[in-house]
Amino acid sequence: MKKTLFDKVWDTHVISSVKHGPDILYIDKHLIHEVTSPQAFNMLKDKGISIFRPQQVVATADHNVPTENQHLPIQDALSRKQVNQLSKNCEEYGVELFGLGHPFQGIVHVIGPELGVTQPGMTMVCGDSHSSTHGAFGAIAFGIGTSQVAQVFASQCILVDKPKSMRIVVSGKLHPAVEPKDVVLYVIAKLGTDAGTGYFVEFSGNIFEEMSMEGRMTVCNMSIEMGARGGMIAPDQTTFDYVSGREFAPKGKALKAKITHWKTLPTDEGASFDAEYNFDAADIGPMITYGTNPGMGIKIVDKIPSSNDVSFVKSLEYMGLEADTYLLDMPISHVFIGSCTNSRIEDFRAAAAHIKGKQKSPDVSALIVPGSQQVAKQIVAEGLDKIFESAGFKLRQPGCSACLAMNDDKIPAGAYCVSTSNRNFEGRQGQGARTLLASPVTAAAAAVAGKIVDVSQT
Amino acid sequence: MEKFTLLKSSMVPLTVENVDTDQIIPARFLKATDRKGFGENLFRDWRFTTDGQTKEDFTLNQTKYSGAILVAGNNFGCGSSREHAAWALADYGFKVVISSFFADIFKGNALNNGILPIQVTPENLQSIFSAVNLDAAVKATVDLENQKLIIDAADITVSFEINDYKKMCLINGYDDIDYLISQREAIEAFEQKRA
Ligand code: SF4
Repeated sequence: MKKTLFDKVWDTHVISSVKHGPDILYIDKHLIHEVTSPQAFNMLKDKGISIFRPQQVVATADHNVPTENQHLPIQDALSRKQVNQLSKNCEEYGVELFGLGHPFQGIVHVIGPELGVTQPGMTMVCGDSHSSTHGAFGAIAFGIGTSQVAQVFASQCILVDKPKSMRIVVSGKLHPAVEPKDVVLYVIAKLGTDAGTGYFVEFSGNIFEEMSMEGRMTVCNMSIEMGARGGMIAPDQTTFDYVSGREFAPKGKALKAKITHWKTLPTDEGASFDAEYNFDAADIGPMITYGTNPGMGIKIVDKIPSSNDVSFVKSLEYMGLEADTYLLDMPISHVFIGSCTNSRIEDFRAAAAHIKGKQKSPDVSALIVPGSQQVAKQIVAEGLDKIFESAGFKLRQPGCSACLAMNDDKIPAGAYCVSTSNRNFEGRQGQGARTLLASPVTAAAAAVAGKIVDVSQT
Repeated sequence: MEKFTLLKSSMVPLTVENVDTDQIIPARFLKATDRKGFGENLFRDWRFTTDGQTKEDFTLNQTKYSGAILVAGNNFGCGSSREHAAWALADYGFKVVISSFFADIFKGNALNNGILPIQVTPENLQSIFSAVNLDAAVKATVDLENQKLIIDAADITVSFEINDYKKMCLINGYDDIDYLISQREAIEAFEQKRA
């Protein structure tokens, strides 16, 4: 039978199926962080059991960590307690932790790939919905709740119904100013935030084939924002080159054998999907969101649409925006370049290329937050730090930061923030904060201009 | 987990669509290391102003609405995977959520915490909203054994879907974790075969 990439990986990880119920799916790698793991460790304690396969668990501290003075104890008592609890739990249960101060620390979805923990053909989970990021490698990766974190601790498996399959094809030629973030924001704006619910998505077509691994991660990262459990892209030479030589990737003969296997993973010609959508790359432009869910996005040159729908009206009210008006030229006061969507080296190179030789607007506070210690090091090695600092951007230490504002990096109530993160929900970046999602280049350009600008015209 | 069989209760309507888990429980309340007390902060920013005043018009603050059933707009529970959202709903006292559509991860989290998500058609959802709007005391009966939702006032008697395994878990109060632990031998055999 002809199989999809998703089928191939899923089917080889099913141990058995519960009658009229879910599959028992074996998990190769389990990533954890401080926010969604403490109660799962407590469940182990309550049951008096240990972690079944501690070597397959990798931990980091990212959501709560400050992005300044990381060498000092965390000031916020609750955050400090949660981060310390993670260290204690990892120590007690024999889990490798890349905590604060460790050269591998960073946002869980940035460090997995960069350390070679993430590999094609794997099943991976994390108590975090953006686990979908790892699908960029041709892995099945998805977010789980804390009860399931405990289940994976206890058995290295979860009980889960096999999702349906969807293929999203984007082909043709992109405008040179269009970035991977624009591609995925466009797709979500077209399909809506619930179109993917119940599905696992494969992104295919020349646009994704030609993308770097960083770009593919940005796309897969946001598959959850259209409701899909995860997104995947077939592994190819770009993938193999990225994985090769990384800290925890297989080496030498073992790597060769793996690559031979990974080459068998792409979807068979003629395999069928439960749903399929096609888009022409030429229709995509630089994108921005205007509402309070990631599906409320438009091309930056377009008008905000209008609708009488109660939720739509409520959303625009929160955003302080009006239907049938343009976002272009609207003043903004904050810019955030970071998060697991766009905090890899390529994102900062793109932002720096735009900023170089310019100054940020005096009316804008602009934050640059690398996704990991390694990315932070690379920024310095390439001299991008000088570009950011002399342009007036604040370069911070790695973490989730203003993506969800659990630390001190909050956007004030009522302020507009052009953000490279993935969620523009009410209050996501701070109570009352108004988030406009966009690509790193669009965000950088907004910081320089002090207002929303169309980077395809600059 | 508590057992779930039959529930008869009035309903709390929340007509908003795409309610994400950041609204159900904002990130700043996720710093706890245990799972108690989240109900206090359920829908925090919709319930209270920044200076802690009660927002009278929000559904949870309207005394006429009460009960263990939340009726919510389409695509409930989207966004973050935080199980804290399910803990908050359960801690507040909700046992059932009715909507025309649920996000995947939320649905799983709800079931793992003894909350039953019931999906109805958009038309039925509208009828329920109208019925509750006319009379806040209208009651619904949820019969899990027979997978029936009955609301006489809205002229609704519908069957809802739930897979047999999850139904069995809810009725008996079983957790997935015990089942998986019982499978360790098969899991080890699978690992051996792959190695
Ligand atoms: S960067 Fe944002 S979306 Fe990504 S893991 Fe951290 S909080 Fe979640």
